[in-house]
Amino acid sequence: MIKIVFFAALREQLNCAELSLATDDNTKTVNDIKQLLSDKNEQWQQTFCNTSLLSAVNHDMVDGNHLVKSGDEVAFFPPVTGG
Amino acid sequence: MSDQSNLNEIAIQKEDFSLADEVFLLEKDNLTDGAVVTFTGRVRNNNNGNSVTTLTLEHYPGMTEKSLAKIIIQAKERWNIGRVKVIHRIGELSIGEQIVFVGVTSKHRQDAFAANEFIMDYLKVKAPFWKKEKITDAGQASENWLAAKNSDTDKAELWS
Repeated sequence: MIKIVFFAALREQLNCAELSLATDDNTKTVNDIKQLLSDKNEQWQQTFCNTSLLSAVNHDMVDGNHLVKSGDEVAFFPPVTGG
Repeated sequence: MSDQSNLNEIAIQKEDFSLADEVFLLEKDNLTDGAVVTFTGRVRNNNNGNSVTTLTLEHYPGMTEKSLAKIIIQAKERWNIGRVKVIHRIGELSIGEQIVFVGVTSKHRQDAFAANEFIMDYLKVKAPFWKKEKITDAGQASENWLAAKNSDTDKAELWS
């Protein structure tokens, strides 16, 4: 199982804060997961077209080629605006 | 110089903080550091020409603390600094309220000045916080997630 979490504007656009993805034998990258989420429906596809979205795995910022394994927490969110 | 960060250096909280209390803690029993540099960020009443009424801060619990700890470790590797404290508030904040605090001590002022600015610049682009503002534009109320600024990314890149 891979836990996927969404934040801020992205969470609101998807109307989803988190979901679980069953893992199979195929190795997946962050980009693969993004593609799987995009395939959900047109709304999700449009939302994930946004190229400025950032991703993190287990609380560290990563790029799309990062490999994800079962038990990981993957996060997608817009560029940060704290401070 | 320490290469460790600890949780006492970071606070993510709904509650307000006292600048005087934070300075007291940075100075308490600290007789080796002659410089104390603090930065406080507050909620402005305007943004992009619109009147702001409130600001709501969301964050990613767990990652926030981890990313701030990494930033503090980098600052300690780069400058000869003593104590560090970073406080970031979350939830709904009104105009004039304090949002963020960064305090750094060092023997001499240059290290504390530079490290404080570095921590703020990196926090702006690396720590997972998001601001949503309630605004009134020509009498019309609305809510917007703030867009990240290129100027913040450019500023942070100057340190690399």
